[in-house]
Amino acid sequence: MSRGTAVLLVRTAALAAAVLVLELLCRTGVISPQAVLPPSVMVAAMVEVLASGDATEPMLRTFSTVGLAFALAVALGIAGGAVLHATPRLRHAIDPVLASYYSVPTFVFYPLLVALLGLNMTPLVVLGVLSATPAMMIGTLAGLDGLPQVLRRVARVQRLGPIQTLLTVVLPAAMPSLFGGIKLALSYALIGVIAGEFILSGSGLGYAISYAYQSFDNRTMYGLMLFVLLVAVAANGLLYSWEGRLLRRRVRS
Amino acid sequence: MSVTAPTETRQAPGLRVLDPLLLIAIALLVWQAVGSWTQGVAVTGPLATFGFTATLLTTAQFWHNAGATAAAFALAFLLSAVFGLLLGLVLGLRRFAGDVAEPVLAGFYTVPKVTLYPVVLLVFGLGMSAKVAFGVMHGLVPVTLFTMAAIKTLPAVLPRAARAMRLSPAQTMRWVLLPACLPQIVSGLRLGFSLSLLGVLIGEMFSSQRGLGFLLVSGLAQHNVALSTSVVLLIVVFALLANTAMLRLSRRLSGQ
Amino acid sequence: MPEAATIPEPHAALRGVVRRFGGKQPVHALGPIDLDLAPGEFFSVVGPSGCGKSTLLDVLSGLGHPSEGTVTFEGKSLRGAVPEGVGVVFQEDASFAWLTVRENVAFGLRRAKLGSAEVARRVDGAVAFMGLAQFASHYPAQLSGGMRQRMCIARTLVQQPRLILLDEPFGALDQQTRLLMGDELLRLWRETGATVLLITHALDEAAMLSDRVGVMSARPGRFIDLVETGWPRERDSRVVSDPHFGKLTARLWTSLRAESLRTMGRG
Repeated sequence: MSRGTAVLLVRTAALAAAVLVLELLCRTGVISPQAVLPPSVMVAAMVEVLASGDATEPMLRTFSTVGLAFALAVALGIAGGAVLHATPRLRHAIDPVLASYYSVPTFVFYPLLVALLGLNMTPLVVLGVLSATPAMMIGTLAGLDGLPQVLRRVARVQRLGPIQTLLTVVLPAAMPSLFGGIKLALSYALIGVIAGEFILSGSGLGYAISYAYQSFDNRTMYGLMLFVLLVAVAANGLLYSWEGRLLRRRVRS
Repeated sequence: MSVTAPTETRQAPGLRVLDPLLLIAIALLVWQAVGSWTQGVAVTGPLATFGFTATLLTTAQFWHNAGATAAAFALAFLLSAVFGLLLGLVLGLRRFAGDVAEPVLAGFYTVPKVTLYPVVLLVFGLGMSAKVAFGVMHGLVPVTLFTMAAIKTLPAVLPRAARAMRLSPAQTMRWVLLPACLPQIVSGLRLGFSLSLLGVLIGEMFSSQRGLGFLLVSGLAQHNVALSTSVVLLIVVFALLANTAMLRLSRRLSGQ
Repeated sequence: MPEAATIPEPHAALRGVVRRFGGKQPVHALGPIDLDLAPGEFFSVVGPSGCGKSTLLDVLSGLGHPSEGTVTFEGKSLRGAVPEGVGVVFQEDASFAWLTVRENVAFGLRRAKLGSAEVARRVDGAVAFMGLAQFASHYPAQLSGGMRQRMCIARTLVQQPRLILLDEPFGALDQQTRLLMGDELLRLWRETGATVLLITHALDEAAMLSDRVGVMSARPGRFIDLVETGWPRERDSRVVSDPHFGKLTARLWTSLRAESLRTMGRG
């Protein structure tokens, strides 16, 4: 058996064992059923909630908010990174801001955004964009910085115009770093939006979970919670495997 | 991750000093504009905020809340740092275990942990232990992942050189491994610092009767916008100062 | 001063070319240079580090423009752009990591208005010519340094350039691979009939491969010697056993040694 397979097996076994242990602890009452539901019940609850259609509206709401924030963050991040790369003076000034950006809990701005923009989708999208864009910019800058100079010269020898150079040489060459930024942008946008919905919002999956908690509706709460976690894992996992396929041939084997 | 440009810009040194000041001035102007545009309903402008903050810092109410946050945060960061380092050390040294655990940890990092808050509350009850748990939930994984990475990317030649110099395991750890891994470990600690602070604050915003997060949200509920803006300002300033201090420390420790 | 500008209808020519790099205190990097390249000749440039060899290539290819003087290719003056018919092989690894070998080589033909059958024919031809047919579907990361460089040469070849400029293309390779690659280069030169300008720091390589070798001075680079090797067109690395080879290399080193010492600060 190859090492990779062994790792995969052990990981699956460990996770399965953990779920099993939790199930047992819950069923035997060691963990109070008021606190945590057994995993099997969580899954049943999730199916119930999804089947009942109650989750559909919040789901669409959250997905569209995250999707919008993510798309904006990627576009602004790449554009911003490209601009900074092209203007050294501006970059030098903005540098400390980017470097220390993630040391500040940007989430604290969310209540102010709500006061400013109202209790709707807008402050959530802004929060998502504020959380995700710098990561995309940092990835873009890393990709452009790491571009070997010789590739630009090849483009000139091949007599490519500036747009062709960008599309056929710069973008593919920078893709590993760009993709790193894209992955971070998705997870930060998702985390930001859901946290915002949870703490202060009138709709969306985060709000639905918070509401269920406050209504002592543990079943719905756990069902929705499991769903959100699975979606998050799936979305990030999708990007991760896409990246693997895209970039595997570039790595020295 | 460094974002500095690879080549130095050629411009008069005097101008360079002006640039950050210019940036701050622009930021303050935008802040003022937003404040006056909303007529202080959403956000108070810089001057008003500075004034309010000065007064706020003299009230017992503020320090009562700040103390609550500080206590929870300090404990959360301590636990994240200690357990993160230990776990990262073990997973970094035991390659197989590290390979098994890494995707799980990375996955946990990308997931919205706020959805798990109700579970924490149900298990720990309302109170400081829940807040600490939130903080650790956010701060533990980055410290672990960075520590793991630091050990995995240690050049193999270093422990060999240590053996060639006949250093004991303790000496090797103290004089060779730790200094080599330190920059990355400190990066992880810096991230863990910010994230455990974030965790505690969000926890307070969600369900607490004390703390800066609570103060922030209650300011809005009471339409005391100046309070909310002040609290945000103080949190931002604290985070920036702490980050800068940690960066300086890390540079000094790694001999730069 | 050796007469480098003596050919009646040169394929490419530099006249009074000077290159300075700007700023408050401009650095005089190259020149004045006068050089004529005869059609189909193999010309090598050797010189101490930093003498401006790569700058010479930049100017000749159109990648950089001279501060003074003129550069012509096939009678037409270059205007800061790379003209059609010129190919360049760089010192650094210029492979596109995201494309297969075949796709890399085909990259050169994207803008050419050729049918896909013709493109495939040329690409397969160039790939086979450089001995990479077996690896056509591999990615650069799976190839050795020498193979990647051969791929870059194939990418240049596929556009059928009439002037091929190479900037220390074998610099990163070991000696034995270098010698074999030198033979490959000669084969390429003979079969395409192109004019070749090779920049190298290896005197033996220059002496072995070229019709003429230009020796450059320390910065600012100027030609201080021009050596005619007199080799027949059908040659390969086995000329090293010819006594003339030893004399050529000795002459090159004699001219070059003083300049190299000067560059190292001891001349």
